[in-house]
Amino acid sequence: MSAFAAVRIPSPVLVRARSAGEKPYAPFVSCPAAHGLHRTHVRSTRLGRPLLAVSSDVLSGQKSLGANSSPSHHAVVSREEALVLYEDMVLGRVFEDMCAQMYYRGKMFGFVHLYNGQEAVSTGFIKLLETRDSVVSTYRDHVHALSKGVPARAVMAELFGKATGCCRGQGGSMHMFSAPHNLLGGFAFIGEGIPVATGAAFSSKYRHEVLKESNPNGLDVTVAFFGDGTCNNGQFFECLNMAQLWKLPIVFVVENNLWAIGMSHLRATSDPEIWKKGPAFGMPGVHVDGMDVLKVREVAVEAIGRARSGEGPTLVECETYRFRGHSLADPDELRKPDEKAHYAARDPIITLKKYILENSLACETELKAIEKKIDELIEDAVEFADSSPPPPRSQLLENVFADPKGFGIGPDGKYRCEDPKFTEGTAQV
Amino acid sequence: FFFLGPSIDRKMWGIARRKNLGQALQKVLPAGSMTVREALNSALDEEMSADHSFLDGLESTRISKGLLEKYGPDRVLDTPITEAGFAGIGVGAAYYGLRPVVKFMIFNFSMQAIDHIINSAAKSNCMSVGQISVPIVFRGPNGANAGVDVQHSQCYAAWYAHPDPVVFLENELLYGESFPISAEVFDSSFCLPIGKAKIEREGKYVTITSFSKMVGHALQVDTFKGISAEVDDIVRAVKRACYRSILMAATT
Repeated sequence: MSAFAAVRIPSPVLVRARSAGEKPYAPFVSCPAAHGLHRTHVRSTRLGRPLLAVSSDVLSGQKSLGANSSPSHHAVVSREEALVLYEDMVLGRVFEDMCAQMYYRGKMFGFVHLYNGQEAVSTGFIKLLETRDSVVSTYRDHVHALSKGVPARAVMAELFGKATGCCRGQGGSMHMFSAPHNLLGGFAFIGEGIPVATGAAFSSKYRHEVLKESNPNGLDVTVAFFGDGTCNNGQFFECLNMAQLWKLPIVFVVENNLWAIGMSHLRATSDPEIWKKGPAFGMPGVHVDGMDVLKVREVAVEAIGRARSGEGPTLVECETYRFRGHSLADPDELRKPDEKAHYAARDPIITLKKYILENSLACETELKAIEKKIDELIEDAVEFADSSPPPPRSQLLENVFADPKGFGIGPDGKYRCEDPKFTEGTAQV
Repeated sequence: FFFLGPSIDRKMWGIARRKNLGQALQKVLPAGSMTVREALNSALDEEMSADHSFLDGLESTRISKGLLEKYGPDRVLDTPITEAGFAGIGVGAAYYGLRPVVKFMIFNFSMQAIDHIINSAAKSNCMSVGQISVPIVFRGPNGANAGVDVQHSQCYAAWYAHPDPVVFLENELLYGESFPISAEVFDSSFCLPIGKAKIEREGKYVTITSFSKMVGHALQVDTFKGISAEVDDIVRAVKRACYRSILMAATT
């Protein structure tokens, strides 16, 4: 109860992103060798100093920090978990590739923002959540929906604008909502989902503390996904403050893919290290290699665990990259080919596949079988979406107001919503 | 700050309405009187005891008097002055069935939160095709005040003229005004419907429609040059639904 009253603000916990050898964290320094660290592409900034995005150790930093220079990770997942992760990432990738195909064939239209390359972030976090936990996302939400459990058929049909979609065709690519899966959208405006996610986390805490509905496994966690561009937005800071003030069960996940549409993060942000904004508000801020699902997962375990036990929010910055442009309408001319090539070499699916094979968690044929299964699933989803009916005209006016009588009384003296012609859009208004 | 259920607005307007009624139609015998502030406070109190309402926003006036002590800081939340943030938090909480009442110090500050009032609160029901509705109330003083600047005096009635979400526009100058009310108003289940205009005073030749503080002024246009004037209080529905009432009034 007292957490809500926030009468005493505890001193902030400063958690820095750890580097191998436990040296004090010096920004923009690459550390040699050691596990888990990859030297990334050197990029000079307008400030004149070379800038290196460094992938770091996980929050708990319990790994042995030997001088092992091989890029493999020690086995942190079981075979079953690894296969679940692999399947989820392949599902995301194949689905998004199919979206691109369908878009260019004219089956879907409007804004479509693809998630290729960022699958490790979605899979790493969402596969640790339970159904009762919520996910709030941005317009780049197809893969978040899939990871959360929304069937591929429902997502594909939604993209095609059909009545069998998860939002009956009315949400579209950018507004995936699913109440049974606690997927709370899908917002087109950057930063808009963050206060909504904070409110969902608030309701979780409220139900626990005020309504006394406790779950033995802890609070319902909310995970908010957003990008690097959003981290300059006012709503983001307002919510970091309030979430920490009230110790809400939320994890703020920044998918830092270095580009906000066409604006480079480094040119738009005074201090490009987003994880630092967490400790400024009193919560832990972590930077993690978002191209490696196992690292993301380890950070996620701890962040979600904190939230679930009531210790409060965490800010996790995932260094990731989108292989395609901002949307399918974006010609993607601004990003340099060597930057793209660098990140393509760190493809999360290939990385995980290599890990699975090296650690003998599964064999090549099993992985191929998974890929084939996903291909068939996606083809079935496309067929389903294709053969589904479009929404009827009457659907247009449903749900505009919570009370359908909100349209008032028509010229004939009856409620407009009761006039079948009105709901079909053919009445005289 | 406060969260309250949606029926507070109905009761509120009933109170404001009663005052004018009491003035104009002497045959109604008031059973007591109450200031607008007290009316708000008692309505908030009733709704908070009735369901999972809670208050969110900046409330430093006497409208929330006693509610913090009664319901505790978990339900009467004092927030930082971050409208976009706390309005969005209200929306997110409403997604999960809580009943927030988000208060803006004045409605000019709702501009800071308008993204959430419109893009998430108003549109979520449509975007999610009814899976997620947002039972939220945004309230606060609106319109003219005494001697405050341009940025604090705008009337937002035309901006928020639709029923979802409920945007409850009060008037600071009326808070202290006392109105006589009938006994039935004290019943905790008393509420008035949104969407129906109220005829404050019958008249024959002219119809004057108004809302909020202007109703009081309109009622003072008494037997204007000997022409009896009907005064309609459309305050409960600044939207199309009451056009019918106005139309009927004007054509009869």
